Amino acid sequence: MATLLDVRSLTTEFVTRGGVVRAVDGVSWDVAEGETVALVGESGCGKSVSALSVMRLVAAPAGRIVGGQVLFKGRDLLALSEEEMRRVRGREIAMVFQEPMTSLNPVLTIGRQVTEGLEIHLRMSREQARQRAVEVLATVGIPDPARRLSQYPHQFSGGMRQRMMIATALACNPALILADEPTTALDVTIQAQILELMRDLSRRFGVAMLIITHNLGVVARYADRVNVMYAGRIVERGSARDLYRCPRHPYTLGLLRSVPRLDEPRRARLEPIEGQPPDLTRLGDGCAFAPRCAFRVERCQVERPVLVPAGGEGHVSACWETARVSRTPALA
Amino acid sequence: MTADGALLEVRNLVKYFHVGGGLFGGAPGVVRAVDGVSFVIRRGETLGLVGESGCGKTTTGRCILQLERPTSGEIVFDGQDLTKLDEGGLRRFRRRMQVIFQDPYSSLNPRMTIGQILTEPLAVHGLAPARGARAARVGELLRHVGLLPQHAHRYPHELSGGQRQRVGIARALAMEPDLIVCDEPVSALDVSIQAQIVNLLEDLQREFGLTYLFVAHDLSVVRHISDRVAVMYLGKIVEIADRQALYEDPLHPYTRALLSAVPIPDPEVEARREHVVLGGEVPSPLNPPAGCVFHPRCPIAVGRCRSEVPELREVKPGHWAACLLA
Repeated sequence: MATLLDVRSLTTEFVTRGGVVRAVDGVSWDVAEGETVALVGESGCGKSVSALSVMRLVAAPAGRIVGGQVLFKGRDLLALSEEEMRRVRGREIAMVFQEPMTSLNPVLTIGRQVTEGLEIHLRMSREQARQRAVEVLATVGIPDPARRLSQYPHQFSGGMRQRMMIATALACNPALILADEPTTALDVTIQAQILELMRDLSRRFGVAMLIITHNLGVVARYADRVNVMYAGRIVERGSARDLYRCPRHPYTLGLLRSVPRLDEPRRARLEPIEGQPPDLTRLGDGCAFAPRCAFRVERCQVERPVLVPAGGEGHVSACWETARVSRTPALA
Repeated sequence: MTADGALLEVRNLVKYFHVGGGLFGGAPGVVRAVDGVSFVIRRGETLGLVGESGCGKTTTGRCILQLERPTSGEIVFDGQDLTKLDEGGLRRFRRRMQVIFQDPYSSLNPRMTIGQILTEPLAVHGLAPARGARAARVGELLRHVGLLPQHAHRYPHELSGGQRQRVGIARALAMEPDLIVCDEPVSALDVSIQAQIVNLLEDLQREFGLTYLFVAHDLSVVRHISDRVAVMYLGKIVEIADRQALYEDPLHPYTRALLSAVPIPDPEVEARREHVVLGGEVPSPLNPPAGCVFHPRCPIAVGRCRSEVPELREVKPGHWAACLLA
């Protein structure tokens, strides 16, 4: 499949009281047409900032994209004018956020929020936009969509709001949807509904997805390829199958071994990753994961590893000790 | 009167909230947050209480702690029905029942040092050691939870999420409680930190003989930490059993659907797994369905589920389920 989005050496910084923080530090990843790619990591690893950078929505003046390229269908989004960029947002690349209550406008009707993009991007008339809104709300499984259009977000449940967000994202037929923790705020049974819906839609309409999440289970069920981020960098990437079966980075391995699994016998004790997440204002020259790493050797403290091929096709890992890591089973 | 070895017995607990009819209007109504819940927690065990948001699990915990006064029912703690006590009488018991909250960011006072946070409850209950010994006690508490004595001088914002949750645990431990209600203690934490806190809770339970009510929505974590598990739906317990029985042989269709909805971090397992995706959403506790509260979403419901309320009954020894078809 052809590459749809090609992010190259993207670097985004924030000015904080503690100093300049590189939230995203020279990160490269891509999404092919129709593909579902995951960006996995913990809070502060830079996964959300990566998506916001693609959309050029990083809040200035504190945040700034300082380097790299974001090639979408071959065009560098970072080189576009604000006016041109506005035609990309919502039209060609749409976003679904974690908290549907805070990302919807509480004083606009559902209908207005779905139709706004249609009228602006596709120059539809009110009536055409209304018809399209009814259509997409029905597509995402909202019952009685025509009546629902005149309601407000507070009249929707959490799951319905997330369906509506997805409908809004889908409305203009984008080529790519960036979904930032789309199900984290939802209950498990509703999470299952929304994820099934997203997978179904991506297959039916061929829309590519970037799913940003901290949940390894969600990734396993839905992603074709996975990027694991730690402290602003990608530390491992591979097909979901390779990465889960044979992780090549100690952080990925540690994450997989630390979660209790329902399909495995209960363990006497969990195996956590020791230590705390790093302070991004105080990263040294070495590997950011080294202080917490069970495979650490001297070199890790002084020299930062880069992504190199490890194992299967397209499987890369940034670790000096990746050979030793690959000999440790992913299941504790 | 309590059951054998029980530290806590909850009998027919009911908590209704009255809503609406106020300044901002809205039809007056009654939210049946907890609607006739009974269970026992034995000394030294962990009872997991799972369910989705709004099922009443947190309200149940708050009623046990007497942070909410129940509408009716009994909360028998170490032989004493707490609902019969006034504030003065409760005080003695409050020390023995502590709580760990979900969000370590909002449950610590940002203007107090960790040392002050840990000594305040001691002073309130007249347990504070003499001034000279106070630092030593704080240092000891911090060590128990894997922090360093010098953390006593820090403020909450200087700590990471995992460290803050450790402070929350130390604050509960300070009172030398018998029972700790853990209300979603790891769900706000990063995955790599969750296992640290779960292990810590288990270590402390062994060391101090603690009894836990572990309220959570993450079924994998609950399986790991609990001896027995109760599943709540719309204010009622629909199933309660030993951990192994509940996870390996779930009898209630809601429990089965919950277990099936939990994604397994393994693409090959996921590809093979059959998923029961429940339709619809949890109905409003303002107006719960007649009959079995789960029947509108139940994949196996039959005609009488619409009218007959299933009682929680012992289907197999020690394994209780509220389903007409179990």
